Order: sequence, then structure tokens, then C-alpha cells
Amino acid sequence: MKKVFSRTSSLRDVDTHYCSGCGHGIAHRLIAEAIDELDIREQVIGITPVGCAVIAYNYWNFDCVESPHGRGLAIATAIKRVRPQNIVFTYQGDGDLAAIGTAETIHAANRGENLTVIFINNAVYGMTGGQMAPTTLIGQKTATSPRGRDIGNEGYPLKISEIVAQLPGVYSVERVSCDSPKGVLKAKSAIKAAFKNQMDNKGFSLVEVLSACPTYWSLTPADSLDWMQNTMSKEFPLGKIK
Amino acid sequence: MTKGQKILISGNEAIAQAALDAGCTFYAGYPITPQNEIIAYMSEHMPLQGGVFIQSESELAAINMVFGASAVGARAMTSSSSPGISLMQEAISYIAGAELPAVIVNVMRAGPGLGNIWPAQSDYFQATKPGHGDYHCIALAPSSVQEAYEVTKDAFRLADMYRIPVFILSDGMLGQMMEPLLADSQGSMADGKRKKLSTIDYRLSTKKWAATGCKGRDAHVVKSFYMNMGELERFNLELQEKYKKIKAREQKQEALYIDDAQVVLVAYGTMARLAKEAMAILRKKGVKAGLLRPISVWPFPEDIIKRLTVSGKRVVFLVIEMSYGQMVEDVRLAVNGRAQVEFLGRSGGGIPSEEEIINKTVALLNC
Ligand SMILES: Cc1ncc(C[n+]2csc(CCOP(=O)(O)OP(=O)(O)O)c2C)c(N)n1
Ligand code: SF4
Repeated sequence: MKKVFSRTSSLRDVDTHYCSGCGHGIAHRLIAEAIDELDIREQVIGITPVGCAVIAYNYWNFDCVESPHGRGLAIATAIKRVRPQNIVFTYQGDGDLAAIGTAETIHAANRGENLTVIFINNAVYGMTGGQMAPTTLIGQKTATSPRGRDIGNEGYPLKISEIVAQLPGVYSVERVSCDSPKGVLKAKSAIKAAFKNQMDNKGFSLVEVLSACPTYWSLTPADSLDWMQNTMSKEFPLGKIK
Repeated sequence: MTKGQKILISGNEAIAQAALDAGCTFYAGYPITPQNEIIAYMSEHMPLQGGVFIQSESELAAINMVFGASAVGARAMTSSSSPGISLMQEAISYIAGAELPAVIVNVMRAGPGLGNIWPAQSDYFQATKPGHGDYHCIALAPSSVQEAYEVTKDAFRLADMYRIPVFILSDGMLGQMMEPLLADSQGSMADGKRKKLSTIDYRLSTKKWAATGCKGRDAHVVKSFYMNMGELERFNLELQEKYKKIKAREQKQEALYIDDAQVVLVAYGTMARLAKEAMAILRKKGVKAGLLRPISVWPFPEDIIKRLTVSGKRVVFLVIEMSYGQMVEDVRLAVNGRAQVEFLGRSGGGIPSEEEIINKTVALLNC
């Protein structure tokens, strides 16, 4: 029988710990496929975050460094400067990249570091139990916004991609959503382009991936996709930002 | 400058030069007084040597950059002063947990809080009994510009050998002070004509564990997270074994006139310079004073104190610090009740004077 689909070599043959319907597994796979299609697995150094994806290195089959919470882009900066021959990327959640690590994000972007950033926006803190994230939508209920996010108390959802896109050192910023087969394909090509940019020495490329957390959205996996299509992507419009 | 020629240089610059001579290829830092000469020196000289210099957006970023550079095999250093070191604590724990080598310079100033920029030794606890989790850093405390150069060079060797963060515990006085230095630099220091790193002969241990891309081998992971039950405890026991080895091998001190001493002055760094002067004056007066100057403050030189006290001979230890009593706790632990331990300290900008040391010693012997 002709083989039409197989596991890409950057992905290990193991079960993940993610909840059913979680977007992390999809994003991991897209990254692995992009890396293998570009044939850079042996050059890649991935920086994993503190968040649900901390042990992404158990699923990926290439070198990884585990970062303290939010400091991925400081670590990646140093790695790329020391070893420009490697392809270096960070994988970060919204708490990691847009709350505790905001300064590292802005400054690595502003220095125009030649890096690839995969930013997983699931509008909550997954690992710690579904608390409010900087990207939580107005009115969204979380463990720490039990009456819904209130702008008077918690401010607005932070659009870090739009902020980063303003910086002259940044080469490319795109927002995609893993909410449908079409969305997943778009996400894949954005991720692949962000790696290719680094290979071509273009500079800082960030891909924001809207990603489901059915567990802390208190939705079924299917309803989570609807919510992403009909609600989340209204607040975080998809497409190329820069 | 040619080899074998002395130059006049500050303690801060000597530390920076030592790092370059030790094959440090990565430095990141954030300005803070009284260590600004280090970052300025690195910005000038590191690129000339072919290494990486980054002025980071904060001390948080600086130490995490050191983490990253070290994770891929570079010899990496950062420097700061007290408040900045506080900001670095989380990542230092991660560096210890990931068993990465790193050199961290703390040119101590007075605290707490913003305190002031006068020299102090009030971060001894922070260097020797550091942040969260059961870990240790080696901590070396030089007391002259020449020694600052030498221990900094050695810090890189120790960091690599034991895969451990190493503190250089300096202070604002030593940092700013100019003294002659005999450096064994490979290149020129003053004329900017440094050799490229590739031509410098420093022996880097092969870092087989580094994350450098998985060509021809299994993937490497640099991490400090151990999720499965029992895994972390096993790892921590391995760390403890390593610390035991370091304690057995790496205690370093200068001991002067301690064998017949009635009073042993115990002081490190800048404070030890004054204690040494006081000891000389006391000896002239006929008082049998000695000096114990820890050079490694972790591991603390407890073996020599044990040796001095197990015989049952009567001896008083006078611990002198630019703090309100931090190292004195380690002296008490080493003495373990076998001898009298007294303390003299000032902090917040004040430094115990020779006269104060002499008076306190004489008073101790008369009571
Ligand atoms: C310094 C520090 N503060 C807080 C935490 C606890 N913590 C772990 S993960 C996390 C947030 C994770 O949220 P996010 O980055 O959005 O990733 P997700 O889990 O949703 O994928 C927090 C606050 C930590 N590990 N370290
Ligand atoms: S908590 Fe949310 S982000 Fe974390 S694994 Fe579960 S679904 Fe995914």
C-alpha cells in the first residue's frame, strides 16, 4: 500500500500530556513539519517556556533549552549571538511572552534579533489552573476574573503582536488560528515562513497562534473551535500584521 | 602591554580583563554603580576579541542571556551590584538546577533596598546561601586587584569543572581601587590589538552536554524541571554529592600567624586588608594576633578552623565584616562551641577601622 502520511522525524512517537482538544499538540506538529520540510532539524535549538508546553522537548526530536518563565527571548538572543549557525526559536504562551516576559519580548524584537518566535495565545494561563492572561477577552470568566474580565479592574486584552510590529527591528508578524483545517494550513505556512526568514537572515519573525484551551474555557473541543472563529478572532484579527 | 609587564588598573577592570583572558566569549550586563567599569571594559574589549557583548534591558535579561550562552557551550559572565543580583536570583537557581557553568560578579554596595553606593559586605548570605531550592554556588572573595584577576580566571575553570555558577564577591572599594596588576594576557590590553579568540590558547573543556544542534547524535535538553515522582530527589542527591566534593577540594584561605595566635582575626575581601594592618600593629604591641582570610567563602574554609580548635587550645576568633554579622555564622558553625567567637561589624557605608579592630582585640584579651 502506498504510504501517504507519516510522522515527521522532528516529532517523537510518544503520547502527549495535553488535554483533549488542546492547541499545543497541533502547534508542536506544525513546527516539527516546518523544520523537517526545511531540513534544519540538526541545526535547530528550541526554547521551551514555563507553561503547559514546558516539556515540549519530550515531544520534539531536536535540541532544546528550558527557559525560566518569560525569559525565552533573553536566552534565545544569547544562543543566536553565540551560535549564528543554528536556527533558534522560542515557543511561548501568552503569560510567558506577554505578561512576565514582556520586557524580554519587546527588547529582543527591538534589537532585531534574527529569531523565530511562536507565540501561543490561548487567552488563559493553562498550567496554573486557568487564571486570567493579558490576552483574556473582556467579559471572559477565568479563575481570577470570576465575574468576567472588567476593563476597569483588569484593563484590555494586550495585543502584543500589534505592539511588536511597530518596532523597526521587526521583520515579520502574523496572526493565525488553529480553529479549522484551513486555519491549520495557514498556520503551518506562517510558521515555515518565520523559520525561512531566519535562515535568510531577515531578522525577528513572530507568529501568533490562536490556540484552544477547552479545559479552562469550559467548552467542548468542538465549541472551542466555534468560539475561536466567532469570538476570539474578532478581538485578535487574523492575518499578516507586518 | 607585553607579557610580564605590570599595569595600573582598577579591581573592576582587572575582573573584566581576567574574564577575557580566561576565554569568556559572552558577557551581558546592565549598568549599576559601583561595577560600571566592568560593563564598559567589556563593551570595548569583548568585540575586539571576537566575543559577544550585550547591554541587556535588565539584570533579569542579563543573567538569562548568560544562561542561554552557557547552555550552548560558551564561557559566559555577567556582573552587577547588590540590587541587580537580587533580580538575578531566580535564574541563578535555574543555572544551578540545569548544572550550567556561569560566572557572576557582585561588586557589593550597601543596603537594604537602594541603600547607597558605598562598599559593603552585606550580600554574603545571598552568595553563600543563595535563592530557592537546595543549591550552592561557589563564591570567591578577592582582597586585592591582583587577586581579583586571579580568582576570576580560576572561576571559569571551576565553573566548567563542576558545572556550577561561581560568584566573585567583590565590593565597591576593591572595584574602584587602582593597583598594579601582572596579567598573563595573551593579547594586548592597552592598544586594542587583541588576538582573535580562535588563536587564543585557552583550554575549554569539551561540553558534551551542550545544546548545539543534534547533528550526528541524540537530541540534548538543558533543563531543571523533573516532573516524575522521585526524579527530582534523585537529582538533588547527585547535586549534594557534587557539593560534598567541592567542599572537600576547594576550600581556599590565607592564614597568617595563626598557630601561636591568642586572637584570630577573621575577615575577607576589603575588610581583610584592614584586619591585616591591625594584626601587624597588634603583633608589634606584643599581642599574639593572627589572620584567617577566607578566599572561598563557599565552600567556607571550615577545615582550618576545625584544625585550630580541636586541640582544645584557648583561642578567640574575632570576625570582622562590613555587615552586621553574616560570615560570623559560618565561623560559629565551624568552631562548633570549641572556642569563643566575637564580632565587629559596620555597614551602610561605614567600615570598621584599624583602631576599632585593635581596641576590640585588646578589650577581648583583657576581659
Ligand atoms: C516566576 C514564576 N512565576 C509564576 C510561575 C507559575 N506559572 C507557571 S506557568 C504560568 C503561566 C502559564 O500561562 P501561559 O504562558 O499562557 O501558558 P499556557 O500554560 O497557557 O500554555 C505561571 C504563572 C512560574 N513558574 N514562575
Ligand atoms: S490546560 Fe489548556 S493549554 Fe494546558 S494542556 Fe489543557 S487544554 Fe492545553
